[in-house]
Amino acid sequence: MRSLLRLWRMSLMVLCLIANPAMSQEASQRFIAKDATPSTVLLVRSTTDISIFAPALAAFVAANPSVEIAYEQWGSNALYANSLGACEGTATPADVVISSGVHQMVDLVNRACASAYQSEFTAQLPAARRWRDELWGITREAAVIIYNTDLVSAEDAPRTRFALLDLMRRSSADFMGKIATYDVEASGLGFLFAFMDSQEATTFGGLLEGFARVDAVATCCSAEIIEGVDSGRYKIAYNVLGSYVDTVPHANLGVIYPEDYTLFLSRAFMIPKGAHQGATAGGFLDFLLSPRGRALLSQSTLIHDSNSDETAANESATRYIPIGPTLLVAMDRHRRARFIEKWRDSFGVDAVK
Amino acid sequence: MNSHMVALNGQRTLLSRVMGGVLSLLAVGGILVTIAAFAYGKNAARQSFDRILLGAANDIAESIDIVNGAPIADIPVSAFGLLSLAADDRIFYSVRGPQGEVLTGYAGAVARDFTHDTLTTPAFFDSTLQGERARFVTVARRFSERDFSGAVFVFVGQTLRARNAMALDLTKGAVLVTGIGGIALLLGAFLVIRSAMRPLEHLTRDLSHRDPYDLTPMAADGPAEVAVMVHAMNRFMQRLDRQVGAMKHLISDTAHQLRTPVAAIRAQAELAIEDDPAHRAHRLERLVRRTRSLGTLLDQMLSRAMVIHRTDNAPPSAVDLRDVALKVFEDRDHEVLAPEAEVRLEIGDVAVIVMADEISLSEAAKNMLANALRHGTSPITIGVCADRGIGEIWVQDAGPGPANDVIDTIGQRFERSAASKGNSAGLGLSIVRAVAEAFQGKVHMARNDQGFRVSLALPADHSVEEV
Repeated sequence: MRSLLRLWRMSLMVLCLIANPAMSQEASQRFIAKDATPSTVLLVRSTTDISIFAPALAAFVAANPSVEIAYEQWGSNALYANSLGACEGTATPADVVISSGVHQMVDLVNRACASAYQSEFTAQLPAARRWRDELWGITREAAVIIYNTDLVSAEDAPRTRFALLDLMRRSSADFMGKIATYDVEASGLGFLFAFMDSQEATTFGGLLEGFARVDAVATCCSAEIIEGVDSGRYKIAYNVLGSYVDTVPHANLGVIYPEDYTLFLSRAFMIPKGAHQGATAGGFLDFLLSPRGRALLSQSTLIHDSNSDETAANESATRYIPIGPTLLVAMDRHRRARFIEKWRDSFGVDAVK
Repeated sequence: MNSHMVALNGQRTLLSRVMGGVLSLLAVGGILVTIAAFAYGKNAARQSFDRILLGAANDIAESIDIVNGAPIADIPVSAFGLLSLAADDRIFYSVRGPQGEVLTGYAGAVARDFTHDTLTTPAFFDSTLQGERARFVTVARRFSERDFSGAVFVFVGQTLRARNAMALDLTKGAVLVTGIGGIALLLGAFLVIRSAMRPLEHLTRDLSHRDPYDLTPMAADGPAEVAVMVHAMNRFMQRLDRQVGAMKHLISDTAHQLRTPVAAIRAQAELAIEDDPAHRAHRLERLVRRTRSLGTLLDQMLSRAMVIHRTDNAPPSAVDLRDVALKVFEDRDHEVLAPEAEVRLEIGDVAVIVMADEISLSEAAKNMLANALRHGTSPITIGVCADRGIGEIWVQDAGPGPANDVIDTIGQRFERSAASKGNSAGLGLSIVRAVAEAFQGKVHMARNDQGFRVSLALPADHSVEEV
């Protein structure tokens, strides 16, 4: 891994890292193999942070020197809007779209915005991680609870949602404004997690009530939440994407895979209908699903190894978010409106930063 | 033999013809079953998935509430769980208000206008979903609340992949079962047909392995059709055998009987040349006698060969024995053979009909007359009589007839003694005997008050007699 990273650092030219608000695009970067003059540009739009995904991208262009990857990092809602626009012909389509807003991706596939691809690697995916041969789950990431080990003692650390509920009831004063979670309106992923929670267990109603009691903070973006907990601005954050925790500096973070159940998300990979480099996109997908690609994603913590100590005893509590048409419910206008209304009631408009 | 085998190999066997027929019948049946199975599978798939579609639509319709005067749907996950039973199909759903305005779900145009029927019964229809063929259902839910009144329509649609896959699956299953059944039927048919054809196969094998000179009868077992064939063939072979036998006899008789007289004639001729002229006339006279006798012998041998040939080949017909006797009498051969003898004809005015061959009978009668002329005593009578279903043609002379031991051996195929003496009594009677045997008759030889009578008795044909 280290040698590979070194190789990547040496062989890659970082061309640009710019913010482009007009496109709702957070960052972009080009990946070219060393000394290569690529003939093909693969446009990848993704919600995944560049730094996390970079090793896999670098390895792909190193293996395919004729391909240059133009990687754009987007927010999930913006990416959904952009992809829908591309599907309807009002925006330039990407060659690959990868999003953690799986329900949005399912909706795009259901709107016939994707093109099909089949290979021996896609055939190996379990049924819950692919749909119609147009959408594939390439990662395995857990929704976790993180806490600041300096501010929350090990015995106070909530190992289950019930414990979190009790904590919020018992010591609501201690945690006033100190609990953070995704803003479901701003983040597709946050909405998906919350929506799955609402289906999974009745604890969700209690959680909302608890969040309301402690004036919990709904905010955006994994990195910001993690940094907030690490710095002590928040004591506990709920439903944080576990894969991001390891990638930022964290001296005093505790990570909990909730023992009642742990949601697992599989980032969805789609080749848009109008993709100019469909074949290369398929090759990229095969690379990500191949043993080498999986190993790279594992090292980037995008594929959570369920055999690790933290979750060894917790296998029966695993809940996958299945990639399939049932996620369309999460996209329903009325349902979403009702859900967000309920959410707002708990957090209050001013709680949303 | 090889040429026979080649000729047989060039043609299709009966088994292959019948199997070909059975195979084509089964093939036609299989195609029909496949078509029927596909139609059935399609129908079954449509019904099953239509129910799922309707279930989902009803689920969604049930979830609609009137909140603050507006219908709000709380789309249940179970509805989409139902629809995702068709795992790879895209889904369309739309909840629309009384005027067709989209409340939630997809906004795309729905091809169907609302009809009055839709308000009470769900309506299914076919259309397309983003260019892919799809099946839709409309369910209406009517509200009569204080703040909202009217119908809310739920449209649910789904592409056809799962339906087609199910139809194909059902068809495949049916075709598989049909195929296995067909193969079993074919195998059964093959076994049954083969066992039915085994006698024919035996026959074929026997025939192809049979020595062409082997004319012994074949075993006539097996079914009636085969037995008939074998019987016919056996009859044919028997006839062939008899004719071959007759030919062999003729050749051996000829060899036996001609060798001595021809040698005698040669000796006489050589003597006539070498002897002094005084004896030449005498020698020549003996040579002429020998030659005449040889001529008679040849005549009789040929006539016997002809009789045997005719009795095997000419079908018996009704013959009046009086005609035969009259013809022999009128031929007046006796005037040549024995001009001094007196020959009488004794026939009645009633026809004596037998089933036989006229030419063979004439030859027999001629020989009987010739024998009587040669060995008997004048006067000689040729006559016909009928008695108790037996028709007889007879020749009688006034002499005592041959000695009893001669009577017993007379009429064997040939008598060396007679032949060597240059006459042919044995041959003449053997012709009579051959004719008698050919037409289920008998030869009688007996002495009576007037002399010695030889008669050829044949069963009379009553049917013709009565006419």
